[in-house]
Parts: sequence; structure tokens; C-alpha cells
Amino acid sequence: MKTGVYGVMAEFDNPSALVSAARAATEQGYKKLDTYTPFPIEELHDILHLHRNKLPLIVLCGGLLGGLTGYLMQYFVTVIYFPINIGGRPLHSWPSYIIITFELTILFACISAVLGMLALCGLPMPYHPVFNVPRFHAASRDRFFLCIESTDPQFDLEKTSGFLESLEAKEVSEVAR
Amino acid sequence: MADEPQVIEKPESHEIIARGYTFATVTDQISAVVLSKRTPLLWIAGVGVGFALLNLLLLSATLLFAKGVGIWGIRTPVMWGFAITNFVWWIGIGHAGTLISAILLLLNQKWRNSINRFAEAMTLFAVACAGLFPILHMGRPWLAYWLFPYPNSMMVEPNFRSPLVWDVFAVSTYATVSALFWFVGLIPDLGTLRDRAKSTFAKFTYGMLAMGWRNSSRHWSIYETATLLLAGISTPLVLSVHTVVSFDFTIAIVPGWHSTFFPPYFVAGAIYSGFAMVLALAIPLRSAYGLQGLITDRHLDNSAKVMLATGMIVAYAYIMEVFMAWYSGSVYEQQAFWNRMTGPYAAQYWFLVTCNIVSPNFLWFKKFRNSPVLLFISSIIVLIGMWLERYMIIVSSLAQDYVPSSWSLFHATRWDWATYWGTIGFFLFLFFLFVRVLPMISIFEVRTLLPQAKVGEEVKG
Repeated sequence: MKTGVYGVMAEFDNPSALVSAARAATEQGYKKLDTYTPFPIEELHDILHLHRNKLPLIVLCGGLLGGLTGYLMQYFVTVIYFPINIGGRPLHSWPSYIIITFELTILFACISAVLGMLALCGLPMPYHPVFNVPRFHAASRDRFFLCIESTDPQFDLEKTSGFLESLEAKEVSEVAR
Repeated sequence: MADEPQVIEKPESHEIIARGYTFATVTDQISAVVLSKRTPLLWIAGVGVGFALLNLLLLSATLLFAKGVGIWGIRTPVMWGFAITNFVWWIGIGHAGTLISAILLLLNQKWRNSINRFAEAMTLFAVACAGLFPILHMGRPWLAYWLFPYPNSMMVEPNFRSPLVWDVFAVSTYATVSALFWFVGLIPDLGTLRDRAKSTFAKFTYGMLAMGWRNSSRHWSIYETATLLLAGISTPLVLSVHTVVSFDFTIAIVPGWHSTFFPPYFVAGAIYSGFAMVLALAIPLRSAYGLQGLITDRHLDNSAKVMLATGMIVAYAYIMEVFMAWYSGSVYEQQAFWNRMTGPYAAQYWFLVTCNIVSPNFLWFKKFRNSPVLLFISSIIVLIGMWLERYMIIVSSLAQDYVPSSWSLFHATRWDWATYWGTIGFFLFLFFLFVRVLPMISIFEVRTLLPQAKVGEEVKG
């Protein structure tokens, strides 16, 4: 349904109320909803099915790439590009490659964890409709918000607002685009 | 469900944070430090001292660039002198921050939540100070980039079989990872500051840094995965960094350096001095900003216990060092330790033993651990002791190695001291700036510690 609003947002003053409201909303069949809380709440991850994401895979790939880069760089330099005889050791002296291989594995894995997190979250995103709700700044202090988005197939401005009001929300407001 | 609440309701003798805090008061108290216009006297004094000493660093570095490393007391055979001593000392101090942020996170130690932020900042600034020394010590510091392998017209590359090159990778990785981990931890709190700032400039700056963080649960779930992964990655890293630093010594054949127990010995020493620095910073800060409710006596007590444990490992390493020298049957090793204990550096040796082995034993007593003043004094003693330990390892071993005809003692010049005190100023200056512009306690992690953060049982029914 195409409407002029991003969704409807309800405000709660404690995490338990938000969790039960989110559970009620999913039981009602709403799919496109998100919650905004001042700290991570495990129960919401259960309700919104957020336990799996692709970040571990990204970090694994980053780490493997880093390890390969480290080892191959050293191999290339010490064996092919700039071979020097150090104390009669073989040119491919792998035990001395371990440290740098390890360090680059860590470095690449870490960078991919940070960039991967930002990419999966869609950040940086300085503007987002939820910031239009005047009281939304309290989401980073002591308030808990539930937003049902207008892209949800069941979304209907009146009905959804009424439903959220029935959940003992402190305040229900429309989220302008 | 039946037995869970009983565990939670059990009264604790020592709480992680004081009773009576709410989400709002935690947020307000921590962000007020940054957003208020008033600054306590300690901040002005701290940043003043830091800035004065920072200028001393700039002066001595300028003189060093103009005249060369000869302004320091480094002469053959003691070519490492203060520079590498300070490098190892600073790197070691950094280790406590990563230990608190990574290892204690994986071990689910909730008390870390209110000290991890400034401990990580401490790591970052300590590594910055550490990184200066090898570069200044190079003789031609403007060619520092030659340390990295890059395609160049000279057709030469670094020797990857050298522990000094390993060190370059270890320290630069450590600095990068610490900075990224610290910044990721800051993102939600930057969002909080953006939402609470009054001035447009502050709103804009924190908003840009927060990158549009909106506390969404979808983001939180990814964020938590990222934090755990970063902690898991940082754990082997922090243990490896001082290991690699110790390779600088152990791979060489200098008597007193060439031994296999240096890695664990260095890592324990690093965490020991790092926790001493955490205490030395936390105790004055919490009283200046009235944060005793968030950085409680329990935190000081726990940090003191970590200090005691690592101090005992260091004591064991000292004893083993002497034992191995005797047991090795190598006259050079034996002579090196005999020289340390009775030779020209005997006074420093016994002073460091007093600082590092004797003084932490007071921490066995609960009364001592409960007194912030005594803890502060003991952490300063440990910091001095750990500096002397590195000085002893580097200077006494190099001064008197295999051939007595090449023996020569090290005498520090005023510029050695000026550079050293200059980095202390650099550290203090950066640290106090950090305290002023960023939240020194992780706001969102402290919120999770509150009893209200627990989702009530009735919703599951």
C-alpha cells in the first residue's frame, strides 16, 4: 500500500512492555516492524528472528584473504622478487612467515568486521524517517519504540494505530517520510 | 523459570554499579561530563601538565631531527637505551585496555562495562606513544616508511625473517584494530550524544560520527555479532603483540635475552603494568567527576586482583629467569644475571624487584584493596617497576655481553628524559581531551547492567 507515511510508531517506557508489544504485533501477522531500544535486548532478537546474519561469513572471508595476502606477499618477496641468503636458510623459510601471516589475518578480519557491520546495517545513513518523530531522541536514553512500517501488507494507518494504542503504548505517532 | 529469579535476587555484597540508577540517570550522568560547559579543576590541571610536557616532546623531537640520535645517551654497545625501553613499556600499558574490552567480554565479565571505554582509549594513546620511539630511534625518521614492503625504485624489500619487521606488522595491526574496536564501541554512544547535544556544532559533529545510528534492533543484532567477532579477533592479537615484541629480544643471542619464556613473561608484565595504568587513571577520574556510583570499589578491587595475579606471574618469571641462567650451565648467561644482581645496575635491579615483586603482595589484603589512595600509590609503584624491568633487560644485557673488552655503561642524557616525559605528556594530553569530548564510560553497556534492563518474566506467559 502506498501512503505518505513511513509507518506508525509506539512508545513504551520499559523493555518488558516493548517485548510483549512486539510479540503481539508479530502474532497479529505484522512482518515489517522494527524496534528501537537504548541497548540490545536479546528477547527482541528472538521475536524479530535476528539471530542469524552474514557477518561471520564476511569476517571469515576477510581473514582468509588476509592470511593468503600475508603469506603470498612474503613468499613472493623472499623467494622470487628479492631473494637474499640469510644465514643459509632456505628461501622459502615458512616458520618465519607465521607472524606476519597471522597479523594480516587479524587485520583483514577486523577491517571486514567493521565494514561488514556498517554495510549490513546500511550505515552511514544520516537521514532516516524515524528521526522525524519528535520524541524519538529518547530511544537513545530511556524509551523503547516499536515501529510498524507502511510497506507491511497488513498496514493500514487507522487500524495499525488503533492496534498499537491497544498495546498500552505511552504514545502512538505517525512517522512522516 | 522457577529457579532463575532466586539467583538474581540474591543480595550482592559488592555491586557493579550503585543502586538507584535508571536508564535516564546513567545517560545523563555520563553524557553530562562531555556536554556540560563546566570542567573540573583536575581536568584543567591534567590537560595543562599534559600540554606542557607535550611541548617538551616537540622540542626534543625537533632537536633530535636536527642533530641526530647522538643527543640521547645511546653509545656502543647500548644502542637501544631509553627508546626501546619506553617503546616496550608503552606497548605493555596498552594491553590492559584490549584485555578488558576483548577477553573480559568473551568471559562475560559484566563489571568490565564501565571501565572498558577509557581503558581502550588508554590503549590507543599508549600505542601512539609507543609507536613514536622506534621511529625516533631510527636515525632517519623521515624514512620510516621503508619498514613496509612496497614496490620501490631501489628494488629492495624488508627482510621478513627479522623480528624487527614482525614488530612493524604487529604494532601497526594492533594500533589499527584497537582504533576500530574502540570506534565501533563508540557508535551507539555517539548517537546518544547527538540526541542530547544542545549546540548545533556538537549535534552535527556527533551526528556525523554516529553515521545515523538509530538504535534499531536489526542494527543491534548485527552490532552484537560484530562486537563479539572483534573481541574474538582481538584476543589472540593482544596476546601476540607483546609476544612479538619479546621476539625482538629472544631471537637475538645476547645473554639475558635469548630465552623461550620471554613471550608469556612479557604478556603478563604488559597486563600487569596496563592494569596499574587503569587504576592510576580511574581513581582520580572517578573522584573528579563524581562517578563512584559507576566505577565502584568493586572495579578497583577486581583490577587490583588482576594486578596481583599478573604480578605473581611476573615474580615467577624473575625467579625462573635466574634459575634458567644457573641451570643452563652457560657462563655467559650466569654472568649476565650475576652482573644484574651485583654489577653496576644492581641498585636498579633490586629496586625493580621491590616494586614488582614485594609491593604487589600488599594487594592480598582486602583492606588495602579497598583504599583508593593506597591502590593509586601501589599502581604508580608498579608502573615505575615495570619501566625499570624493561630498562634492566635492555641496558644491562647490552652493556655487558660476551666480551668484557667491549663492555660499556649507559648514561641517560637530559634529552632521553625529556623525550620520555614528553610522551607521558602526549599521553595525558590525548587522554584528557578524550575525557572532555567523548563519553569515558560506555553508556549503552552500563544500561544493560541495570536491573530494569531485565525483561520481565510475565511476558513469556
